[in-house]
Amino acid sequence: MAAMTPTVPETDVPEAVPAPRAAAPRAGRRPRPRVWRGAVLALAGAYFLLPLVASFVFTVHVPGRGISFEAYTELLGADGFTESLLLSLGLAAATIALSLLLAVPALVAVRIGSPKLRPVVEVMCMLPLVVPPIALVTGITTVLRWGPEHLSRTPLYQTFIAVQNERFPLVLVLAYTVLALPFVYRSLDAGLRAIDVPTLVEAARSCGASWPYVVLRVLLPNLRGSLAGAAFLTLALVLGEFTIASLLGFRPFAVWIVSISGAQARMSVAVSILSLLITWLLLLLLSRAGTSPSAAASAPVTTSRKES
Amino acid sequence: MSAPTPTQAIGTAGGDRRRRRGPRTWLAALPLLAFTGLCFGIPLGAIAFGAVTSTDSATGATRLTGEHLARSLQGPYLGSLIGSVQLSALTALTGGVLGVLIAQAVVTSRSAALRGATLTASGVLANFGGVPLAFAFIATVGISGVVTQLADLTGLGWNLYSFTGLTVVYLYFLTPLMVLVTAPALDGLRPQWREAAQNSGASGWQFWRHVGLPVLTPSLLGGFVLLFGTAFAAHATAAALVGGSVPLVTLKIADALSGNVLTGQENVALALGLDMILIAGLVMAVYLPLQRRSARWLR
Repeated sequence: MAAMTPTVPETDVPEAVPAPRAAAPRAGRRPRPRVWRGAVLALAGAYFLLPLVASFVFTVHVPGRGISFEAYTELLGADGFTESLLLSLGLAAATIALSLLLAVPALVAVRIGSPKLRPVVEVMCMLPLVVPPIALVTGITTVLRWGPEHLSRTPLYQTFIAVQNERFPLVLVLAYTVLALPFVYRSLDAGLRAIDVPTLVEAARSCGASWPYVVLRVLLPNLRGSLAGAAFLTLALVLGEFTIASLLGFRPFAVWIVSISGAQARMSVAVSILSLLITWLLLLLLSRAGTSPSAAASAPVTTSRKES
Repeated sequence: MSAPTPTQAIGTAGGDRRRRRGPRTWLAALPLLAFTGLCFGIPLGAIAFGAVTSTDSATGATRLTGEHLARSLQGPYLGSLIGSVQLSALTALTGGVLGVLIAQAVVTSRSAALRGATLTASGVLANFGGVPLAFAFIATVGISGVVTQLADLTGLGWNLYSFTGLTVVYLYFLTPLMVLVTAPALDGLRPQWREAAQNSGASGWQFWRHVGLPVLTPSLLGGFVLLFGTAFAAHATAAALVGGSVPLVTLKIADALSGNVLTGQENVALALGLDMILIAGLVMAVYLPLQRRSARWLR
């Protein structure tokens, strides 16, 4: 660990003069961290770029026939591509809408009126992290089997049929919303923490604003960044989700990629690269839109910013 | 006219409005709680119930039994649990060390552009798991992959569809995750602390031993635990990559659910699911307190 000694970043330190005793060894050691840092970054760059570059080469270079972009040009006409992509996008839109509709009122409410409910809401939102998707899907299949077995003579049975509609499986929306809740909660919670909700609400109410007006025109605009972050994470989650959809027998985008991989390996790799590029683009757009969603991406720790 | 903060004041002037607002805010949280109770609680209950009961198909009678849980901890199922834990521990440890090295290299560099680019890239790559990742690696170092053929990796004993191969693939999304988790913590190591240590005559090693590492330990452990949990729950990457050749509990559950093995395996799948939830719950029970502790120094 001693080799990790960095040089002191001079940015935040106002004219810090090192003690004479410490100055001498530091001057001698200074080049080492640079070499070390360069080596680490070069190796990491190589590791992370290699699969991307090699995948691209794989898709455009056909052994014996040279360069061809067929894998990309044939994509749009490929059987099932449009349907599965549209299904995934539809599922993503529905999941984003549902998770925000559920989480925003609840989180605003526990901030302004019911602080006692806050731990309950937090635990309920974070619990899905403990349940891996593959475990959740075992539970879902069990529940779905109750439909035909026990409820076939009740009106509930129709509900069971409806949520499993091939063309738009609502059951996936429900499952994805459960999976997305922890990320949505973290993103929104960080956003709400950054603004002074009670003051804003009281100011708006004193000026005669109605409750819907307060939420829609005062609070939500202030939360734009974290709403965008939550939406991005949910979108990335739904577009890439494979486990639940494949085990329940539906065929959104990720399942489609796997299903064509046997016959059209090149195209499945091409789609994989495209999906990464789309994610990247969305992230860039969102980081322009306000806060950096990467901060809320996977780690609660990253939402705590250094203030010094 | 301005209403007092509802949580503190017990005034009389706005009491009328507050009484109306109290139940209303409570109602706003209700849909969320009802939804999680319904769509999360019921499947969870079904897992727990199915894992400890057995229904006789002839009579329809349901009885309590530990047989499924016992089976899930025996033979190939136990092997898959151990395989999953080994893979997760190995990848979390390696990814953790690599992630810290990269984060430290970025945090200490003076280039803001490098830093921004690395953190954005980490945000994207940490989400780049699952099926697309598996295919990118198949195209790169799979049997007919580009690099495999260029460098004749097969002759060197390389096999992507193995435990080692899976480790290399998992590191692709775990390492950026660790960068995201630890970069703020490394940022939180104030230069002033370092200078104070140097002014007191501490060597670089002493600084890390007595100041740096103790401050970072909760973040590092928390990051490791998060990586472990992520690797443990990962299914899509492994499913698209190795199929069944590496024993992993997620693959075993998928097999049992889709009836690839034997019919009547559903309860064992549920028991395995329960095992996974218990292990993941243990992981989170370690992670959350650590995360709170590390947040203390990073204000």
